[in-house]
Amino acid sequence: MFGLEALDLARIQFAFTISFHILFPAITIGLASYLAVLEGLWLKTHNSVYRDLYHFWSKIFAVNFGMGVVSGLVMAYQFGTNWSRFSDFAGSITGPLLTYEVLTAFFLEAGFLGVMLFGWNKVGRGLHFFATIMVAVGTLISTFWILASNSWMQTPQGYEIVNGVVIPVDWFAVIFNPSFPYRLAHMATAAFVATAFFVGASAAWHLLRGKDNPAIRKMLSMAMWMALIVAPVQAVIGDFHGLNTLKHQPVKIAAIEGHWENVGDEPTPLILFGIPDMKNETTHFKLEIPALGSLILTHSLDKQVPAMKEFPPEDRPNSTVVFWSFRIMVGLGMLMIAVGLWSLWLRKRGTLYSSRPFLYLTLWMGPSGLIAILAGWFTTEVGRQPWVVYGLMRTADGVSNHSYAQLGITLVMFVVVYFALFGAGLGYMMRLVRKGPETGEGDEPTHGGPGQQRTPARPLSAADDDHADDHASLSKGN
Amino acid sequence: MGIDLPLIWAVIIIFGIMMYVVMDGFDLGIGILFPFVKGERDRDVMMNTVAPVWDGNETWLVLGGAALFGAFPLAYAVVLSALYLPLMLMLMGLIFRGVAFEFRFKAKADKRHLWDKAFIGGSLAATFFQGVALGAFIEGFKVVERNYAGGSLDWLTPFSLFCGVGLIVAYALLGCTWLIMKTEGPLQSKMHDLARPLAFVLLAVTGVVSIWTPLAHPDIATRWFSLPNLFWFLPVPILVLVTLYGLVRAVARHAHYTPFLLTLVLIFLGYSGLGISLWPNIIPPSISIWDAAAPPQSQGFMLVGTLFIIPFILGYTFWSYYVFRGKVTHDDGYH
Repeated sequence: MFGLEALDLARIQFAFTISFHILFPAITIGLASYLAVLEGLWLKTHNSVYRDLYHFWSKIFAVNFGMGVVSGLVMAYQFGTNWSRFSDFAGSITGPLLTYEVLTAFFLEAGFLGVMLFGWNKVGRGLHFFATIMVAVGTLISTFWILASNSWMQTPQGYEIVNGVVIPVDWFAVIFNPSFPYRLAHMATAAFVATAFFVGASAAWHLLRGKDNPAIRKMLSMAMWMALIVAPVQAVIGDFHGLNTLKHQPVKIAAIEGHWENVGDEPTPLILFGIPDMKNETTHFKLEIPALGSLILTHSLDKQVPAMKEFPPEDRPNSTVVFWSFRIMVGLGMLMIAVGLWSLWLRKRGTLYSSRPFLYLTLWMGPSGLIAILAGWFTTEVGRQPWVVYGLMRTADGVSNHSYAQLGITLVMFVVVYFALFGAGLGYMMRLVRKGPETGEGDEPTHGGPGQQRTPARPLSAADDDHADDHASLSKGN
Repeated sequence: MGIDLPLIWAVIIIFGIMMYVVMDGFDLGIGILFPFVKGERDRDVMMNTVAPVWDGNETWLVLGGAALFGAFPLAYAVVLSALYLPLMLMLMGLIFRGVAFEFRFKAKADKRHLWDKAFIGGSLAATFFQGVALGAFIEGFKVVERNYAGGSLDWLTPFSLFCGVGLIVAYALLGCTWLIMKTEGPLQSKMHDLARPLAFVLLAVTGVVSIWTPLAHPDIATRWFSLPNLFWFLPVPILVLVTLYGLVRAVARHAHYTPFLLTLVLIFLGYSGLGISLWPNIIPPSISIWDAAAPPQSQGFMLVGTLFIIPFILGYTFWSYYVFRGKVTHDDGYH
């Protein structure tokens, strides 16, 4: 009983720190590529709107990147501090993958970030563009390694177990495990979609306040093209990902669907809403559509979807949680597709930038991508329980042997510190968004780099600077 | 078999941690020295000397953690869970220090003192708990069947607490001599004044640790004081004294670069003394790097990439320091 509670606290602590962390990289991934596109368009068209948007978003990128770095440091240690049995068991596989992430992604990003943020007038245009692309590539390489690691834990292969410890035998099989391509595509696309809605909401905020200029319009327009095209693509990827999960983790799908048992040869219905009850092995207040479950998951009208009761109770994930987290994700995805379609219709009618209902919806959809990402991760991570390495090690066997008290104390500490510090950082990002893009920023040397007003080569410090008066007291230079 | 992979990985990780200690050492030292400098503008200069590089410096800590995870998963599992609380507190300190670095320059004038406090507190906490973790590491861990078998507060001993204080002194001296190198005028002379007492306190601390460790651990005493080992290891304490003498002399003649370089030598000597005491154990007192090693398939896979990439990383790091070389003054504004 007491042990179970300590396990719960360990899981809550990990869930809390990693949920907070993932928000920053998600935006980093999306914005880095967005910035690369903006700079490429600026070089190609010489339309200064792209350059203004580049400078605007690179400041927000810088703050976000910095918070991702500090919250990520915690993650690198938490596997060992909180999940020592898992680390000993599977470290020979997840450890090297993490090491490659540090070496090939973190250092690449760090190496080119300085030039990207501060080198606008210090290096040639081509070299600067190259730096931006390297940072964007770095974020994607990072995504590659960490999702290879996570996917291996979901669908392990390419290993053998010797003396109770995992030994890698085929690294190619380890990295390109069955769920990896789908999970990688789904997460990278999610980062792009989430960023598009964040950017779109920023534009909507300004338009709703009557700040209407070509840069703001361009922001909204690009974001809505992304929503129109990428949100449906994401739905297709998600469908493939679901089929892959059905193949490799059928009980996860059964839990997501709140589907307890098949009746005779009848095709599986789709339960739209309901409250799965783990104890009584049923789903209350079901609202179901006949045969739709079979249609979606088997792409047929006669095959059945595996049901929860086909699996022993100790191997079932918590259906109540994943049933709803999945529906939150899908529901938001549907809304995003709807926003994209609505934007196309308004664009045709020429009222994209003036329709207040649409702009309000877009504003409120700002955090939708991030919420969907969290909901999706909750679905896949809670849904693979009770396993930490699927079928090989149970989460309860992977945890460190820490007392209830010390887990409780550190959990409270994390909650307080994260909300206070990252709350402050988020406030700072929002302040930058509210300022909006400025015109002609790249015409003069930017205030950064040696001898300049800004701290050079520092992520968050690129996000100068609405306190020029502060600096007057600090610096008479330049 | 030929290649001793665990040995190579131990060397890489020792190198990575050394890079971290030296580079984040002076960053953290600046935070520790903040209370000794009251002027806002001097504090700005202090921060600006490391502002462009501290972030890269901290990345070595991430590499250290990840490489330990991959190359010695057993050590990663046992040591990190044994040091749960001190490491969590260290991470908290680093988070406060990290955001303070950034927000201090953004905050309105009336809020800046809050970030000053976060910077001082974060630097002190991170350093202290690194030292505590080091002390607890020297004292060793109780391991039963690949599991940490000690209590959650085993790390809390007079020795480990003393090591925490000792590391604060060491980082303070690093920060102090770094500032001697990177600043001028009143701030620099203030650091010249601080360097001498700090150096002597560090000597005292090192002396206490050097006596305390063998007294408490007979096997470490045997290693140091048995013949012929003693003759091999005797240069370490002798070099410490010579270096310290040189350091005090250099400070007295107001040298700019020598004090920092000699402090690096001191830190390196202390680090190697530690290595002599513990080698080849990665989970003291008895689990060696070969016992805790990941299978060769893992260590080999990592090594291929690491040997290729590390030179690039070093190249970038040195280039970055080169770009930001020279003195930082008030008039530089942000470096």
